[in-house]
Amino acid sequence: MNCEEAEVLLHALIDGELDAGHACEVEAHIAGCPNCAARLREFTEMRQAMNPAALRYAAPASLRSRIEDKLPAPQAAQTRRSVMKGFAVGATASALAASGVLVMVMRKDDERRVLGDVVSAHLRSLQAQHLTDVMSSDQHTVKPWFNGRLDVAPPVVDLTALGFTLLGGRLDYVDAKPVAAIVYRRRVHVINLFCAPAPGAATRRAVMESLQGFNVRRWTENGLNLWAVSDLGAEELSEFGDKFEAALRS
Amino acid sequence: MSGIERIAAPAMKAGTSGMAGGAVDWNDGDKTARFKALALPYLDEVYTLARYLLRNANDADDAVQDCYLRAFRHFDTFRGGPIKPWLLAILRNACHANYAGKARLVYTADQAPEQAEPMWRETPDTPEQTILRRHSTDTMQRLIGELPAEFKEVIVLREINDLSYREIATVIEAPIGTVMSRLARGRKLLREAWIACEGEGEEK
Repeated sequence: MNCEEAEVLLHALIDGELDAGHACEVEAHIAGCPNCAARLREFTEMRQAMNPAALRYAAPASLRSRIEDKLPAPQAAQTRRSVMKGFAVGATASALAASGVLVMVMRKDDERRVLGDVVSAHLRSLQAQHLTDVMSSDQHTVKPWFNGRLDVAPPVVDLTALGFTLLGGRLDYVDAKPVAAIVYRRRVHVINLFCAPAPGAATRRAVMESLQGFNVRRWTENGLNLWAVSDLGAEELSEFGDKFEAALRS
Repeated sequence: MSGIERIAAPAMKAGTSGMAGGAVDWNDGDKTARFKALALPYLDEVYTLARYLLRNANDADDAVQDCYLRAFRHFDTFRGGPIKPWLLAILRNACHANYAGKARLVYTADQAPEQAEPMWRETPDTPEQTILRRHSTDTMQRLIGELPAEFKEVIVLREINDLSYREIATVIEAPIGTVMSRLARGRKLLREAWIACEGEGEEK
């Protein structure tokens, strides 16, 4: 990366708009370039010195009423019932909030971010010609390779007979932590199975999600968070996950 | 609502609505209630962008009113998701439609002069942050307002309206790459203006 690129990308870094791969590249450049490092510092400082709340303008009350006047009036008949309905919903919402829904929502945000990370890692593995660190279709070669590289032994099973060819394994990073990526292939489609240790995490059944056109099957089992990412259709990716889980249990 | 109006609202052409037109007469109460609940909470944000783009309180009032009436008229085309970028895109179009001819909304179309001088001329041990903090909010508002429009809008959308790059790209109808380069250029210009302003202050 040269200074010209870094000059633009450091703003995306400040704004938290870069995926892990690009953020690493920019940070690597900045680490070795005093000029860009100075710029990053200056813009970060300027950003901190700006107070968005103070820079806002408040719309005059007269403007609000002018707009409300020009919009057609809501029908009065419905209003009362919907107000009552509103109360009921409000009460339910408060009860739910007290019982930890807020925590759920925050966790959901977190999951969403990790999901983005997982998809980025998948994309990176395809673009950077760095699909595998250890290339082998033999599970007894792939599994020991992770020894000493991760503080967890990822499950590696051979599903070739079931239509999913084991290509190998790779060390990757998700959510700023090292994870095992086990790579499978179905016809021309690559499946990255990411495993991250989640000590003490309760077993969670698989959910299928999709992001940027990729399907992600996510589940938690035996203290591991697992994400299978692929451009395969949801059905085939489910099939992969089911077979993987079945093979582990057998 | 006619099928013809089912176009993406931000792409509306100038002249589909008169400025601050007369009362609208769609008697759809539910729609009004839904629209008010969704769109009115962002009135300050929309107004803020209008103030920065037009730099005049009366024009901003008119543009914001125009924006909300347009938004209501095209509310059926709103496809869910965050409504803030959608409203800001309509506001931006309303500003363009009605004020593009006025000198206030000047776009320099990427012809901003290249700055040869490096911008990190301070010695590293100068506690620059203290200099920057001395500037009042008023100065900052003025400096942002004086930026060329294409840089100003991305700065306001990012720093004040707190939009993501993707959302900004939707609002200004440009690729994300353009958003990024304009933001980089805009922040650079803003910082230069800031430092220059500080210099003036010391001379007085």
